[in-house]
Amino acid sequence: MRGRNILQLGIKELRGLARDPMLLVLIVYAFTLSIYTASRAMPETLNQAAIAIVDEDQSPVSARIITAFNPPYFSVPRIISQSEMDRRMDAGLDTFALDIPPNFQRDLLAGRSPTIQLNIDATRMTQAFSGGGYVQSITLNEVEEFLAGYRGGTTMPVDLVLRSRFNQELNKGWFGAINNVISSVTMLSIILTGAALIREREHGTIEHLLVMPVTATEIMLSKIWSMGLVVLAATAFSMIFVVQGLLSVPISGSVTLFLAGGALQLFATTSLGIFLATVAGSMPQFGMLLMLVLLPMQVLSGGTSPRESMPEIIQTIMLAAPNTHFVMLAQAVLFRGAGLDVVWPQLLAMLAIGAALFALSLRRFRQFLR
Amino acid sequence: MTERAPVAEELGKRPVAARIKAASLSYGKTLALKEINLELPSGIMTGLIGPDGVGKSSLLSLISGARAVQQGKIEVLEGDIANKEHRECIYARIAYMPQGLGRNLYPTLSVFENVDFFGRLFGHNKQERAKRIAELLRSTGLSPFADRPAGKLSGGMKQKLGLCCALIHDPDLLILDEPTTGVDPLSRRQFWELIDDIRQGRPDMSVVVATAYMEEAERFDWLVAMDAGQVLATGTPDELRQRTGAQSLDAAFIALLPEERRRGHQDVVIPPRRDVEGEVAIEAEHLTMRFGNFTAVDDVSFRIDKGEIFGFLGSNGCGKTTTMKMLTGLLVPSEGQARLFGQEVEPGDMKVRQRVGYMSQAFSLYTELTVRQNLDLHARLFGMKAAAIPARIEEMVSRFGLNEVLDAWPDALPLGIRQRLSLAVALVHSPEILILDEPTSGVDPIARDSFWRILSDLSRQDHVTIFVSTHFMNEAQLCDRISLMHAGKVLVSEKPSVIMEKRGARTLEEAFIGYLEDAIQESADSEPAESESMPVQAVAPKPAQPAPQAMSKRFFDLRRLFAYTQRESLELRRDPIRATLALLGSVILMFVIGYGINMDVGNLTFAVLDRDDTTTSRDYALQIAGSRYFTEKPPITDYADLDRRMRNGELNLAIEIPPGFARDVARGKAVEIGAWIDGAMPARAETVRGYVQGIHQDWLTQKARQRYGDAAVTGNFQLAVRYRYNPDIQSIVAMVPAVIPLLLLMIPAMLAVLSVVREKELGSIINFYVTPVTPLEFLLGKQLPYIALAMINFVMLTAFAIFVFRVPFTGSLVTLTAAAFLYVTATTALGLVISAFMKSQIAAIFGTALLTLIPAVQYSGIIDPVSSLQGAGAVIGRIYPTTYFVTISRGTFSKGLGFSDLWTDFVPLLIAIPVLLLLGTLLLKKQAG
Repeated sequence: MRGRNILQLGIKELRGLARDPMLLVLIVYAFTLSIYTASRAMPETLNQAAIAIVDEDQSPVSARIITAFNPPYFSVPRIISQSEMDRRMDAGLDTFALDIPPNFQRDLLAGRSPTIQLNIDATRMTQAFSGGGYVQSITLNEVEEFLAGYRGGTTMPVDLVLRSRFNQELNKGWFGAINNVISSVTMLSIILTGAALIREREHGTIEHLLVMPVTATEIMLSKIWSMGLVVLAATAFSMIFVVQGLLSVPISGSVTLFLAGGALQLFATTSLGIFLATVAGSMPQFGMLLMLVLLPMQVLSGGTSPRESMPEIIQTIMLAAPNTHFVMLAQAVLFRGAGLDVVWPQLLAMLAIGAALFALSLRRFRQFLR
Repeated sequence: MTERAPVAEELGKRPVAARIKAASLSYGKTLALKEINLELPSGIMTGLIGPDGVGKSSLLSLISGARAVQQGKIEVLEGDIANKEHRECIYARIAYMPQGLGRNLYPTLSVFENVDFFGRLFGHNKQERAKRIAELLRSTGLSPFADRPAGKLSGGMKQKLGLCCALIHDPDLLILDEPTTGVDPLSRRQFWELIDDIRQGRPDMSVVVATAYMEEAERFDWLVAMDAGQVLATGTPDELRQRTGAQSLDAAFIALLPEERRRGHQDVVIPPRRDVEGEVAIEAEHLTMRFGNFTAVDDVSFRIDKGEIFGFLGSNGCGKTTTMKMLTGLLVPSEGQARLFGQEVEPGDMKVRQRVGYMSQAFSLYTELTVRQNLDLHARLFGMKAAAIPARIEEMVSRFGLNEVLDAWPDALPLGIRQRLSLAVALVHSPEILILDEPTSGVDPIARDSFWRILSDLSRQDHVTIFVSTHFMNEAQLCDRISLMHAGKVLVSEKPSVIMEKRGARTLEEAFIGYLEDAIQESADSEPAESESMPVQAVAPKPAQPAPQAMSKRFFDLRRLFAYTQRESLELRRDPIRATLALLGSVILMFVIGYGINMDVGNLTFAVLDRDDTTTSRDYALQIAGSRYFTEKPPITDYADLDRRMRNGELNLAIEIPPGFARDVARGKAVEIGAWIDGAMPARAETVRGYVQGIHQDWLTQKARQRYGDAAVTGNFQLAVRYRYNPDIQSIVAMVPAVIPLLLLMIPAMLAVLSVVREKELGSIINFYVTPVTPLEFLLGKQLPYIALAMINFVMLTAFAIFVFRVPFTGSLVTLTAAAFLYVTATTALGLVISAFMKSQIAAIFGTALLTLIPAVQYSGIIDPVSSLQGAGAVIGRIYPTTYFVTISRGTFSKGLGFSDLWTDFVPLLIAIPVLLLLGTLLLKKQAG
């Protein structure tokens, strides 16, 4: 194995990439506009949750509850009639519908413990849970404050002061931006190496390499470093100019450490790309395989929905995906400002996964060359 | 054919098949055609002769309408080819066979299916097709191979099949671009006999052929000699010879060339080899190669001395290439041994590779590198010293005349120059053995002669051993010894003169064909079906009935559309892995994602910094630990500990209970409990916040009840929460109806996206350019099989969701199915739009992943409702079809809805389909260039 060959072959890969302008445009798009749009699109915490209120009481207390819901958490509540409620929820127009019964205030003051009904569209899992809690506590607060005006002293004066660390406003766009960078890294690195390898075979150029004094390891490493470098450079650019610049996401940790993690992630994903290419016989098959691998990696790595929410078995399986560790590392480094002392297990895990994938794909690659 | 050749005067009176006026064509900066003025007479066989890269192919692609006219005027069959209406009229009257073996064929389709596809394109009905195909296959000798995939045919058979495909619609103008390049002499002879027979049957048909074989040009009626994008001369072969006073057309052509091109040209004479008892360079002993039960090379042995030029002749697929691969260590022989310089060839032996230069038949140049970069890369890979490289490149460039193209891209270069470049690349590291696999097929005489002069120098002066395979008899003549190979066996191995003597033949070609026919006879006796080249039937295809103008010139023709449907579905069926992946894979994905995404966060970690340490404070902590959401970690000791443990992600939640908490609570004094949530992952943090608030409320109520009694609490009110549509809040019930739209977007789009761009990359798109198919027929035709597959996918996913995952289905199944149909039509159309737009398969795959995965997961209401999105994402969410299908899918699955409730969501889907198809049609160009 000689470094010079690896360097030369890698430069060849880079030149090949430079010849596909459409691909370059897509890479630029994936690391700039796509991230910007996705981050800006993401609601900051609970954003504009659609709520409707059926006010059958028309009393001061019901008015009080209605005015308590306001943007940005909630949309301005729509006052609807009870007959409208079902239809609107069916059509998915409202996530929450609060039904304040007739004579609510009178019964409340009379101590008859009236019931407010809160309907939640449970098909919208994200809002259903976090939003449901908000609606409940807002309603509770308003009613209690109202009651406090009439009689005092029955409530406990214990206040819970909630603070979020690392991302005080729980701005989803911050993490969303990072998560999109990660998914672009994964997607691009797998496609660049894998599809390029299949193209070389379809065009018969891979065979030619075999008569030259280069080994399979050299060919593979050259693909890994060149494509890895492209993606890493794009990632660094995106982190500095898009994430920190345009989106002004406050990064408390070291971007360099994040990029070091990115390099290990790329080692693993580029190897995975080569592996998929050796498994797939043709470009169409590769496309299918790609989707089958990419989708779970994207959705279950812990970037889209928290890992804690996944069943034990899926959490365990997903530990084999480099993404999972990279997402953990990104959260720790970029937001919690963690250093090497904290994230070394993730780095080690990515290295191990990368090495395993590399060894596996090198074996397949040798057979593939035959 | 001499008796048919019309005299010159007669030619002048014939009507014109194509009239070219001042036509120029350039590819970027390269000028391929310079103001060509030409009239091609009809009803005869016209030959375009000249070396590669002089513009023959460009001219033919212009005449066929495959490439758009840039400058000048070209009239074909009495009309302007630049005129769209005229082109539409004459597609059915022209047949075009592009350069390259089987370039316009579909390798996974069988011989019959290939011809059948073209028959459908030209609108023949079933009976008509069956009749014509049977006739064509019989006359070309392909009948026994009707079921063999086109990709597994030999070169000669591929070209015959190409001819069948071209002739299926009885064209008035047949355009053949180097039809016999890369085909062995026997197949070549049979090919021309076939053309003659066909022309006898249809005397009015005009044939235009480009060729680089001058000996073939003898049989053409009229010749156009071309060089450097210009016409040198026109006339019958006799006229050209007379005009130049040359004996052969080869010589005549050279004489026609401008002075500076001719300079220095002389016939190749290779000095005799001094018969020194030299070292043995290459030695093969009983080499045998089997692939499965097929024996590609059968017990081949030979010895080649150092400095010898050894020729290897044989039909395509006879085992030449396989033998060469075994010699270079690319393939490990099943039996026998190969030795280079006395050392056994081992795969992976770098030292052997250093000594060998290999030029393979399939072009192995990097099209992404310029000529200079190609040379440079190879020099470096072979470990040449960096300082020596520029000089060596300079030497190779001047030796091979690559000066002008030094910074050009290989794929913009003509075949001949690319081949010279390939040789330069193989020689750049000064190897001792040169293995050349058909190095000169398609190279013009001058270039070939200079090529052989180089080989002569290498062999005689530098003592390089040369192992060369060729189809050219005049090249074989130049070799020191030649081997004839057929069906994996060496028939004869001798000096060329001895071979001719043995057979008593006048020429080597005659001797070669004699040997071949003997061998075929032998094998035909033993196993008739497997003989490679069937003798051509003398029967000419029935011409007779007037060309079926059933061919529709209409804008839209269902038969043509179904031709593409049929072909696409055959290709899909030939690749069962792909369809299986699509179907099984999506079920697995649905399970994994439906099961995996769950908004009900559990197993959250928390710890308490208890600065009070009383029963009350411990009670508070217990309240949190007791909920099913949280797991308690060891208590926090101080702020530093809190900070550290939150920073490394150990704690999702930290609670701080102030000193004097119990006392203050008892006294009714206001106290504050501090809670820190890890906000790094906002979705999780939000859920934590909701839980903590709830638990806190509960604790307060409990305490209030203890303190003030029940009355105090019941005085308030109840908040009854109803989780609608999914009362148990099971994530699979909520997710599956959303995952189905996701999968029905990504999988069908990815299936469809390669269908067009793949044809572009592999070359068969040319069939779309030169046949009457319209873009809409092409796209829709390709789309139908993918819609069908996607609907099967839909049925499977829905069935699995309902019966296996037990997701209750409460609404109207018909509504969901109808919406799914519209939706997959839109998603496959999206794939086709991307496919029509992109130029490379990689870009298409990446584009699809990028344009489906992110919008579908993030903007389509699967995770966050579209109504709460902002900015561009909200806009994308509102126009993306997935958004609406998610609503329909959730509505029908969970909310018990039907069409009357959901019809508004059908509207965007109904709009998306025509918009996408229109976009695809606009992006798809009907001509190259």
